[in-house]
Amino acid sequence: MIEIKNIEKSFEGINIIKGISTTFEKGKTNLIIGQSGSGKTVLLKCLLGLHQPDSGEILYDGISNLKMNESEKTLLRRQMGMVFQGSALFDSMSVIENVMFPLIMLTKLQEDEIREKALKVIERVELTKATDKLPAEISGGMQKRVAIARAIVMNPKYLFCDEPNSGLDPKTAIVIDKLIQEITKEYNITTVINSHDMNSVIEIGEKIIFLVSGEKNWEGTNKKILKTDNQSLTNFVYSSELLKKVKKYL
Amino acid sequence: MIKMSFFKPSKWKIQQKLIFKEINDLIIESIPIVAILSFFIGGVVAIQTALNLSSPFLSKSLIGFATRQSVILEFAPTFMSIIMAGKVGSYITSSIGTMRVTEQIDALEVMGINPLNYLVFPKIIALLFYPFVITVAMFIAIFGGFVAMSFAGVPGEAFISGIQMDFDPYHVSYAYIKTILFAFILATVPSYHGYYMNGGALEVGKASTLSFVWTSIIIIIVNFIITQLLLS
Repeated sequence: MIEIKNIEKSFEGINIIKGISTTFEKGKTNLIIGQSGSGKTVLLKCLLGLHQPDSGEILYDGISNLKMNESEKTLLRRQMGMVFQGSALFDSMSVIENVMFPLIMLTKLQEDEIREKALKVIERVELTKATDKLPAEISGGMQKRVAIARAIVMNPKYLFCDEPNSGLDPKTAIVIDKLIQEITKEYNITTVINSHDMNSVIEIGEKIIFLVSGEKNWEGTNKKILKTDNQSLTNFVYSSELLKKVKKYL
Repeated sequence: MIKMSFFKPSKWKIQQKLIFKEINDLIIESIPIVAILSFFIGGVVAIQTALNLSSPFLSKSLIGFATRQSVILEFAPTFMSIIMAGKVGSYITSSIGTMRVTEQIDALEVMGINPLNYLVFPKIIALLFYPFVITVAMFIAIFGGFVAMSFAGVPGEAFISGIQMDFDPYHVSYAYIKTILFAFILATVPSYHGYYMNGGALEVGKASTLSFVWTSIIIIIVNFIITQLLLS
Protein backbone atom coordinates (compact mmCIF):
# COMPACT_ATOMS: atom_id res chain seq x y z
CA MET A 1 0.00 0.00 0.00
CA ILE A 2 1.14 3.54 -0.72
CA GLU A 3 -0.13 6.39 1.40
CA ILE A 4 0.46 9.99 0.47
CA LYS A 5 0.02 12.74 3.03
CA ASN A 6 -0.52 16.31 1.97
CA ILE A 7 2.15 16.40 -0.74
CA GLU A 8 2.95 19.56 -2.65
CA LYS A 9 5.20 20.12 -5.61
CA SER A 10 5.94 23.26 -7.55
CA PHE A 11 8.14 24.12 -10.51
CA GLU A 12 9.50 27.64 -11.00
CA GLY A 13 7.05 29.01 -8.47
CA ILE A 14 4.00 27.35 -10.04
CA ASN A 15 2.20 24.96 -7.74
CA ILE A 16 1.56 21.76 -9.70
CA ILE A 17 0.52 19.47 -6.85
CA LYS A 18 -1.48 21.13 -4.10
CA GLY A 19 -1.69 19.16 -0.87
CA ILE A 20 -2.90 15.77 -2.10
CA SER A 21 -3.58 13.02 0.42
CA THR A 22 -4.83 9.55 -0.46
CA THR A 23 -4.00 5.86 -0.31
CA PHE A 24 -3.31 3.43 -3.14
CA GLU A 25 -4.36 -0.01 -2.07
CA LYS A 26 -2.51 -3.29 -2.43
CA GLY A 27 -3.89 -5.85 -4.88
CA LYS A 28 -6.03 -3.20 -6.54
CA THR A 29 -5.72 -1.14 -9.69
CA ASN A 30 -5.61 2.45 -8.48
CA LEU A 31 -6.22 5.09 -11.14
CA ILE A 32 -5.19 8.73 -11.18
CA ILE A 33 -7.37 10.55 -13.67
CA GLY A 34 -7.69 14.12 -14.83
CA GLN A 35 -7.26 16.39 -17.79
CA SER A 36 -3.87 17.03 -19.38
CA GLY A 37 -1.95 19.43 -17.14
CA SER A 38 -3.86 18.41 -14.00
CA GLY A 39 -0.68 17.09 -12.34
CA LYS A 40 -1.10 13.32 -12.93
CA THR A 41 2.39 12.76 -14.32
CA VAL A 42 4.05 14.92 -11.64
CA LEU A 43 2.20 12.99 -8.94
CA LEU A 44 3.28 9.68 -10.49
CA LYS A 45 6.88 10.89 -10.72
CA CYS A 46 6.73 11.88 -7.05
CA LEU A 47 5.55 8.34 -6.21
CA LEU A 48 8.38 6.91 -8.31
CA GLY A 49 10.93 9.11 -6.57
CA LEU A 50 11.87 10.88 -9.80
CA HIS A 51 10.62 14.14 -8.25
CA GLN A 52 11.09 15.04 -4.61
CA PRO A 53 7.90 16.61 -3.17
CA ASP A 54 8.40 20.09 -1.67
CA SER A 55 6.39 19.09 1.37
CA GLY A 56 4.32 16.18 2.61
CA GLU A 57 5.14 12.52 2.97
CA ILE A 58 4.82 9.31 0.97
CA LEU A 59 4.60 6.04 2.88
CA TYR A 60 5.46 2.82 1.09
CA ASP A 61 3.97 0.01 3.17
CA GLY A 62 4.29 2.26 6.20
CA ILE A 63 7.86 3.43 5.53
CA SER A 64 8.18 7.16 4.95
CA ASN A 65 10.21 8.49 2.03
CA LEU A 66 11.49 11.22 4.35
CA LYS A 67 13.22 8.68 6.59
CA MET A 68 15.00 6.87 3.75
CA ASN A 69 18.66 7.41 2.95
CA GLU A 70 19.98 7.15 -0.64
CA SER A 71 20.67 3.39 -0.50
CA GLU A 72 17.20 2.71 0.94
CA LYS A 73 15.70 4.78 -1.85
CA THR A 74 17.66 2.73 -4.40
CA LEU A 75 16.39 -0.47 -2.80
CA LEU A 76 12.83 0.89 -2.88
CA ARG A 77 13.17 1.69 -6.57
CA ARG A 78 14.15 -1.91 -7.20
CA GLN A 79 10.77 -2.89 -5.77
CA MET A 80 9.03 -0.71 -8.33
CA GLY A 81 8.05 -1.57 -11.87
CA MET A 82 7.11 1.07 -14.36
CA VAL A 83 5.26 0.92 -17.67
CA PHE A 84 5.95 4.13 -19.58
CA GLN A 85 3.56 5.84 -21.96
CA GLY A 86 5.82 5.09 -24.94
CA SER A 87 6.91 1.70 -23.52
CA ALA A 88 10.54 2.97 -23.22
CA LEU A 89 12.00 -0.29 -24.49
CA PHE A 90 15.70 -0.36 -25.36
CA ASP A 91 15.76 -0.23 -29.17
CA SER A 92 18.95 -2.20 -29.63
CA MET A 93 17.78 -5.11 -27.47
CA SER A 94 15.41 -7.91 -28.42
CA VAL A 95 12.22 -8.60 -26.46
CA ILE A 96 13.90 -11.15 -24.20
CA GLU A 97 16.96 -8.96 -23.69
CA ASN A 98 14.70 -6.09 -22.63
CA VAL A 99 12.96 -8.32 -20.11
CA MET A 100 16.24 -9.81 -18.88
CA PHE A 101 17.85 -6.38 -18.51
CA PRO A 102 16.77 -5.53 -14.91
CA LEU A 103 17.70 -9.03 -13.75
CA ILE A 104 21.14 -8.81 -15.39
CA MET A 105 21.78 -5.35 -13.98
CA LEU A 106 20.39 -5.78 -10.50
CA THR A 107 20.63 -9.42 -9.45
CA LYS A 108 23.38 -11.98 -9.01
CA LEU A 109 21.45 -14.75 -10.75
CA GLN A 110 23.14 -16.99 -13.32
CA GLU A 111 22.37 -16.33 -16.97
CA ASP A 112 20.26 -19.48 -17.43
CA GLU A 113 18.18 -18.61 -14.36
CA ILE A 114 17.69 -15.08 -15.69
CA ARG A 115 16.62 -16.44 -19.05
CA GLU A 116 14.20 -18.87 -17.43
CA LYS A 117 12.59 -16.10 -15.34
CA ALA A 118 12.35 -13.80 -18.37
CA LEU A 119 10.76 -16.53 -20.49
CA LYS A 120 8.23 -17.17 -17.75
CA VAL A 121 6.98 -13.56 -17.72
CA ILE A 122 7.10 -13.37 -21.52
CA GLU A 123 4.86 -16.40 -21.56
CA ARG A 124 2.62 -14.69 -18.99
CA VAL A 125 2.11 -11.71 -21.29
CA GLU A 126 1.62 -14.09 -24.24
CA LEU A 127 4.59 -13.00 -26.29
CA THR A 128 6.45 -16.29 -26.67
CA LYS A 129 6.50 -16.00 -30.46
CA ALA A 130 8.15 -12.56 -30.38
CA THR A 131 10.94 -13.43 -27.93
CA ASP A 132 13.81 -12.66 -30.29
CA LYS A 133 12.27 -9.74 -32.14
CA LEU A 134 13.42 -6.15 -31.77
CA PRO A 135 10.93 -3.56 -30.40
CA ALA A 136 10.74 -1.93 -33.86
CA GLU A 137 9.55 -5.23 -35.33
CA ILE A 138 6.50 -5.62 -33.07
CA SER A 139 3.20 -3.71 -32.75
CA GLY A 140 2.44 -1.00 -30.18
CA GLY A 141 0.27 -3.38 -28.16
CA MET A 142 3.04 -5.99 -28.10
CA GLN A 143 5.54 -3.33 -27.03
CA LYS A 144 3.26 -2.50 -24.10
CA ARG A 145 3.21 -6.19 -23.15
CA VAL A 146 7.01 -6.29 -23.23
CA ALA A 147 7.06 -3.18 -21.04
CA ILE A 148 4.71 -4.92 -18.59
CA ALA A 149 6.86 -8.06 -18.65
CA ARG A 150 9.98 -5.98 -17.95
CA ALA A 151 8.18 -4.15 -15.14
CA ILE A 152 7.10 -7.34 -13.35
CA VAL A 153 10.16 -9.53 -13.93
CA MET A 154 11.74 -8.34 -10.67
CA ASN A 155 8.56 -9.25 -8.72
CA PRO A 156 7.88 -5.63 -7.75
CA LYS A 157 5.75 -4.56 -4.80
CA TYR A 158 4.57 -1.51 -6.70
CA LEU A 159 3.63 -1.18 -10.35
CA PHE A 160 3.22 2.23 -11.97
CA CYS A 161 1.76 2.75 -15.42
CA ASP A 162 1.74 6.07 -17.25
CA GLU A 163 -1.15 6.02 -19.70
CA PRO A 164 -0.55 2.38 -20.60
CA ASN A 165 -3.01 2.33 -23.48
CA SER A 166 -2.27 5.62 -25.19
CA GLY A 167 -1.83 5.09 -28.92
CA LEU A 168 -3.58 1.72 -28.87
CA ASP A 169 -6.81 0.74 -30.57
CA PRO A 170 -9.79 0.27 -28.16
CA LYS A 171 -9.67 -3.54 -28.32
CA THR A 172 -5.93 -3.78 -27.60
CA ALA A 173 -6.31 -1.10 -24.92
CA ILE A 174 -8.85 -3.27 -23.07
CA VAL A 175 -6.56 -6.31 -23.38
CA ILE A 176 -3.69 -4.31 -21.84
CA ASP A 177 -5.94 -2.98 -19.06
CA LYS A 178 -7.15 -6.50 -18.24
CA LEU A 179 -3.60 -7.81 -18.28
CA ILE A 180 -2.49 -5.15 -15.79
CA GLN A 181 -5.47 -5.93 -13.56
CA GLU A 182 -4.83 -9.69 -13.68
CA ILE A 183 -1.14 -9.20 -12.87
CA THR A 184 -2.04 -6.89 -9.97
CA LYS A 185 -4.17 -9.67 -8.45
CA GLU A 186 -1.77 -12.51 -9.24
CA TYR A 187 1.30 -10.78 -7.82
CA ASN A 188 -0.69 -8.94 -5.12
CA ILE A 189 0.97 -5.63 -5.92
CA THR A 190 0.01 -2.00 -5.49
CA THR A 191 -0.71 -0.73 -8.98
CA VAL A 192 -1.06 2.96 -9.77
CA ILE A 193 -2.19 3.89 -13.26
CA ASN A 194 -2.19 7.33 -14.77
CA SER A 195 -4.98 7.57 -17.30
CA HIS A 196 -7.50 9.75 -19.03
CA ASP A 197 -9.02 6.87 -20.92
CA MET A 198 -12.63 6.40 -19.82
CA ASN A 199 -12.68 2.75 -20.90
CA SER A 200 -9.86 2.03 -18.44
CA VAL A 201 -11.64 3.96 -15.72
CA ILE A 202 -14.81 1.95 -16.13
CA GLU A 203 -13.09 -1.42 -16.74
CA ILE A 204 -10.40 -1.52 -14.07
CA GLY A 205 -10.80 1.52 -11.78
CA GLU A 206 -11.07 -0.19 -8.42
CA LYS A 207 -9.89 2.98 -6.75
CA ILE A 208 -9.91 6.29 -8.59
CA ILE A 209 -8.67 9.73 -7.69
CA PHE A 210 -9.63 12.64 -9.88
CA LEU A 211 -7.29 15.63 -10.10
CA VAL A 212 -8.23 19.15 -11.12
CA SER A 213 -5.43 21.75 -11.37
CA GLY A 214 -3.19 19.78 -9.03
CA GLU A 215 -5.83 19.20 -6.36
CA LYS A 216 -7.72 16.04 -5.48
CA ASN A 217 -11.28 16.78 -6.51
CA TRP A 218 -12.90 13.38 -6.06
CA GLU A 219 -12.07 9.88 -4.82
CA GLY A 220 -14.07 6.70 -5.37
CA THR A 221 -14.53 3.57 -7.46
CA ASN A 222 -15.59 2.80 -11.03
CA LYS A 223 -19.03 1.87 -9.72
CA LYS A 224 -19.52 5.28 -8.13
CA ILE A 225 -17.98 7.39 -10.88
CA LEU A 226 -20.86 7.01 -13.34
CA LYS A 227 -23.39 8.13 -10.75
CA THR A 228 -21.45 11.01 -9.26
CA ASP A 229 -22.97 14.45 -8.88
CA ASN A 230 -19.55 16.14 -8.84
CA GLN A 231 -19.82 18.65 -11.68
CA SER A 232 -16.11 18.74 -12.68
CA LEU A 233 -15.96 14.97 -12.73
CA THR A 234 -19.22 14.66 -14.66
CA ASN A 235 -17.89 17.10 -17.27
CA PHE A 236 -14.70 15.06 -17.52
CA VAL A 237 -16.34 11.63 -17.65
CA TYR A 238 -19.07 12.59 -20.08
CA SER A 239 -16.94 14.81 -22.31
CA SER A 240 -17.43 12.65 -25.42
CA GLU A 241 -20.68 12.65 -27.39
CA LEU A 242 -20.89 8.87 -27.11
CA LEU A 243 -20.77 8.91 -23.32
CA LYS A 244 -23.26 11.75 -23.20
CA LYS A 245 -25.68 9.47 -25.06
CA VAL A 246 -24.82 6.54 -22.79
CA LYS A 247 -25.54 8.71 -19.75
CA LYS A 248 -29.15 9.12 -20.85
CA TYR A 249 -29.68 5.38 -20.45
CA LEU A 250 -28.04 5.13 -17.03
CA MET B 1 27.49 15.08 -14.76
CA ILE B 2 31.08 13.81 -15.02
CA LYS B 3 31.24 13.17 -11.27
CA MET B 4 27.92 11.28 -11.32
CA SER B 5 29.05 9.11 -14.24
CA PHE B 6 31.67 7.56 -11.96
CA PHE B 7 29.19 6.88 -9.11
CA LYS B 8 27.02 3.81 -8.52
CA PRO B 9 28.79 1.73 -11.18
CA SER B 10 27.08 -1.17 -12.91
CA LYS B 11 28.52 -4.67 -12.62
CA TRP B 12 32.02 -4.96 -14.11
CA LYS B 13 30.91 -7.68 -16.54
CA ILE B 14 28.27 -5.34 -17.95
CA GLN B 15 30.63 -2.37 -17.98
CA GLN B 16 33.13 -4.43 -19.94
CA LYS B 17 30.51 -5.29 -22.53
CA LEU B 18 29.42 -1.66 -22.83
CA ILE B 19 33.01 -0.42 -23.10
CA PHE B 20 33.80 -2.90 -25.90
CA LYS B 21 30.64 -1.84 -27.73
CA GLU B 22 31.61 1.82 -27.43
CA ILE B 23 35.18 1.08 -28.56
CA ASN B 24 33.69 -0.53 -31.64
CA ASP B 25 31.18 2.28 -32.30
CA LEU B 26 33.37 5.24 -31.48
CA ILE B 27 36.90 4.08 -32.32
CA ILE B 28 36.94 1.15 -34.74
CA GLU B 29 34.09 2.44 -36.90
CA SER B 30 35.80 5.82 -37.16
CA ILE B 31 38.97 4.36 -38.67
CA PRO B 32 37.74 4.18 -42.30
CA ILE B 33 36.64 7.84 -42.50
CA VAL B 34 39.75 8.97 -40.62
CA ALA B 35 41.93 6.96 -43.02
CA ILE B 36 40.28 8.37 -46.16
CA LEU B 37 40.34 11.98 -44.94
CA SER B 38 43.89 11.73 -43.64
CA PHE B 39 45.22 10.25 -46.87
CA PHE B 40 43.83 13.01 -49.07
CA ILE B 41 44.46 15.88 -46.68
CA GLY B 42 48.05 14.68 -46.20
CA GLY B 43 48.37 14.73 -49.99
CA VAL B 44 46.94 18.25 -50.20
CA VAL B 45 49.26 19.51 -47.44
CA ALA B 46 52.26 18.12 -49.34
CA ILE B 47 51.11 19.60 -52.68
CA GLN B 48 50.52 23.04 -51.16
CA THR B 49 53.86 22.93 -49.40
CA ALA B 50 55.58 21.97 -52.66
CA LEU B 51 53.83 24.88 -54.39
CA ASN B 52 55.28 27.32 -51.88
CA LEU B 53 58.76 25.80 -52.02
CA SER B 54 59.28 26.19 -55.74
CA SER B 55 62.68 27.89 -55.44
CA PRO B 56 65.48 25.63 -56.80
CA PHE B 57 67.63 26.72 -53.83
CA LEU B 58 65.31 24.98 -51.36
CA SER B 59 65.69 21.27 -50.74
CA LYS B 60 62.78 19.00 -51.75
CA SER B 61 63.17 17.29 -48.37
CA LEU B 62 61.56 20.38 -46.81
CA ILE B 63 58.24 19.19 -48.27
CA GLY B 64 58.42 16.02 -46.15
CA PHE B 65 59.52 18.05 -43.14
CA ALA B 66 56.67 20.57 -43.48
CA THR B 67 54.11 17.84 -44.11
CA ARG B 68 55.24 15.93 -41.01
CA GLN B 69 55.15 19.04 -38.83
CA SER B 70 51.71 20.14 -40.05
CA VAL B 71 50.27 16.67 -39.64
CA ILE B 72 51.71 15.90 -36.20
CA LEU B 73 51.25 19.32 -34.65
CA GLU B 74 47.91 20.37 -36.00
CA PHE B 75 46.15 18.35 -38.64
CA ALA B 76 45.93 14.95 -36.93
CA PRO B 77 45.10 15.98 -33.36
CA THR B 78 43.03 19.14 -33.92
CA PHE B 79 41.55 19.01 -37.39
CA MET B 80 40.69 15.33 -37.03
CA SER B 81 39.08 15.98 -33.62
CA ILE B 82 36.81 18.60 -35.16
CA ILE B 83 35.80 16.08 -37.81
CA MET B 84 35.23 13.55 -35.04
CA ALA B 85 33.07 16.10 -33.21
CA GLY B 86 30.78 15.77 -36.20
CA LYS B 87 30.92 12.01 -36.49
CA VAL B 88 31.32 10.72 -32.93
CA GLY B 89 29.86 13.78 -31.18
CA SER B 90 26.60 13.84 -33.07
CA TYR B 91 26.30 10.06 -32.70
CA ILE B 92 26.67 10.37 -28.91
CA THR B 93 24.23 13.28 -28.64
CA SER B 94 21.60 11.73 -30.87
CA SER B 95 21.79 8.27 -29.28
CA ILE B 96 21.55 9.62 -25.71
CA GLY B 97 19.01 12.28 -26.78
CA THR B 98 16.77 9.67 -28.38
CA MET B 99 16.93 7.66 -25.17
CA ARG B 100 15.88 10.78 -23.27
CA VAL B 101 12.97 11.51 -25.64
CA THR B 102 11.71 7.92 -25.58
CA GLU B 103 11.90 7.78 -21.75
CA GLN B 104 14.59 5.07 -21.83
CA ILE B 105 16.72 7.16 -19.45
CA ASP B 106 13.75 7.50 -17.08
CA ALA B 107 13.32 3.72 -17.30
CA LEU B 108 16.95 3.22 -16.20
CA GLU B 109 16.44 5.65 -13.32
CA VAL B 110 13.27 3.92 -12.17
CA MET B 111 15.09 0.58 -12.18
CA GLY B 112 17.62 2.09 -9.77
CA ILE B 113 20.41 2.16 -12.36
CA ASN B 114 22.60 5.25 -12.61
CA PRO B 115 21.96 6.33 -16.24
CA LEU B 116 25.05 8.54 -16.35
CA ASN B 117 27.27 5.66 -15.36
CA TYR B 118 25.51 3.31 -17.78
CA LEU B 119 25.62 5.72 -20.73
CA VAL B 120 28.50 8.16 -20.27
CA PHE B 121 31.19 6.26 -18.38
CA PRO B 122 31.75 3.61 -21.12
CA LYS B 123 32.12 6.42 -23.68
CA ILE B 124 34.76 8.20 -21.58
CA ILE B 125 36.71 4.95 -21.21
CA ALA B 126 36.31 4.00 -24.90
CA LEU B 127 37.64 7.39 -25.97
CA LEU B 128 40.83 6.74 -24.02
CA PHE B 129 41.68 4.75 -27.16
CA TYR B 130 41.22 7.87 -29.26
CA PRO B 131 45.02 8.47 -29.52
CA PHE B 132 45.06 5.26 -31.59
CA VAL B 133 42.78 6.96 -34.15
CA ILE B 134 45.07 9.99 -34.22
CA THR B 135 48.13 7.77 -34.65
CA VAL B 136 46.44 6.18 -37.67
CA ALA B 137 45.64 9.67 -38.98
CA MET B 138 49.27 10.77 -38.57
CA PHE B 139 50.73 7.80 -40.44
CA ILE B 140 48.17 7.81 -43.24
CA ALA B 141 48.37 11.58 -43.76
CA ILE B 142 52.15 11.43 -44.10
CA PHE B 143 51.77 8.46 -46.44
CA GLY B 144 49.20 10.49 -48.44
CA GLY B 145 51.78 13.25 -48.73
CA PHE B 146 54.38 10.73 -49.88
CA VAL B 147 52.03 9.33 -52.56
CA ALA B 148 51.09 12.84 -53.77
CA MET B 149 54.75 13.79 -54.08
CA SER B 150 55.51 10.57 -55.93
CA PHE B 151 52.95 11.61 -58.55
CA ALA B 152 54.46 15.12 -58.61
CA GLY B 153 57.88 13.71 -59.36
CA VAL B 154 59.50 14.52 -56.00
CA PRO B 155 62.02 11.78 -55.21
CA GLY B 156 60.82 9.45 -52.45
CA GLU B 157 64.21 9.58 -50.68
CA ALA B 158 63.99 13.38 -50.40
CA PHE B 159 60.50 13.21 -48.88
CA ILE B 160 61.54 10.47 -46.42
CA SER B 161 64.68 12.29 -45.38
CA GLY B 162 62.45 15.36 -44.82
CA ILE B 163 60.19 13.34 -42.56
CA GLN B 164 63.24 12.33 -40.49
CA MET B 165 64.78 15.82 -40.46
CA ASP B 166 65.06 17.60 -37.05
CA PHE B 167 62.59 15.24 -35.44
CA ASP B 168 61.62 16.43 -31.96
CA PRO B 169 59.77 13.75 -29.92
CA TYR B 170 58.35 16.52 -27.71
CA HIS B 171 56.10 17.53 -30.62
CA VAL B 172 54.57 14.05 -30.58
CA SER B 173 54.04 14.29 -26.80
CA TYR B 174 52.40 17.68 -27.31
CA ALA B 175 50.12 16.14 -29.96
CA TYR B 176 49.12 13.28 -27.66
CA ILE B 177 48.49 15.55 -24.67
CA LYS B 178 46.10 17.52 -26.88
CA THR B 179 44.55 14.32 -28.18
CA ILE B 180 43.74 13.02 -24.69
CA LEU B 181 42.10 16.32 -23.75
CA PHE B 182 40.13 16.35 -26.99
CA ALA B 183 39.03 12.76 -26.35
CA PHE B 184 37.61 13.81 -23.00
CA ILE B 185 35.83 16.77 -24.63
CA LEU B 186 34.48 14.47 -27.37
CA ALA B 187 33.02 12.10 -24.78
CA THR B 188 31.56 14.61 -22.35
CA VAL B 189 30.26 17.65 -24.28
CA PRO B 190 28.02 15.62 -26.66
CA SER B 191 26.88 13.41 -23.76
CA TYR B 192 25.86 16.52 -21.82
CA HIS B 193 23.85 17.87 -24.78
CA GLY B 194 22.10 14.53 -25.26
CA TYR B 195 21.43 13.81 -21.60
CA TYR B 196 20.00 17.18 -20.64
CA MET B 197 17.93 17.82 -23.77
CA ASN B 198 14.19 18.39 -23.65
CA GLY B 199 11.50 17.91 -26.26
CA GLY B 200 11.01 15.53 -29.16
CA ALA B 201 12.64 14.26 -32.33
CA LEU B 202 13.22 17.76 -33.71
CA GLU B 203 15.09 18.76 -30.57
CA VAL B 204 17.35 15.69 -30.93
CA GLY B 205 18.54 17.13 -34.26
CA LYS B 206 18.98 20.57 -32.74
CA ALA B 207 20.89 19.12 -29.78
CA SER B 208 23.22 17.25 -32.18
CA THR B 209 23.98 20.46 -34.08
CA LEU B 210 24.49 22.42 -30.89
CA SER B 211 26.73 19.70 -29.54
CA PHE B 212 28.89 19.80 -32.69
CA VAL B 213 29.17 23.60 -32.47
CA TRP B 214 30.15 23.59 -28.80
CA THR B 215 32.52 20.63 -29.08
CA SER B 216 34.33 22.33 -31.98
CA ILE B 217 34.54 25.67 -30.15
CA ILE B 218 35.84 24.04 -26.97
CA ILE B 219 38.39 22.00 -28.94
CA ILE B 220 39.68 25.13 -30.69
CA ILE B 221 39.92 27.10 -27.43
CA VAL B 222 41.62 24.23 -25.57
CA ASN B 223 43.98 23.83 -28.54
CA PHE B 224 44.97 27.48 -28.25
CA ILE B 225 45.52 27.27 -24.49
CA ILE B 226 47.52 24.02 -24.70
CA THR B 227 49.64 25.36 -27.55
CA GLN B 228 50.35 28.51 -25.56
CA LEU B 229 51.30 26.48 -22.52
CA LEU B 230 53.38 23.82 -24.21
CA LEU B 231 54.88 25.40 -27.30
CA SER B 232 55.15 29.16 -26.86
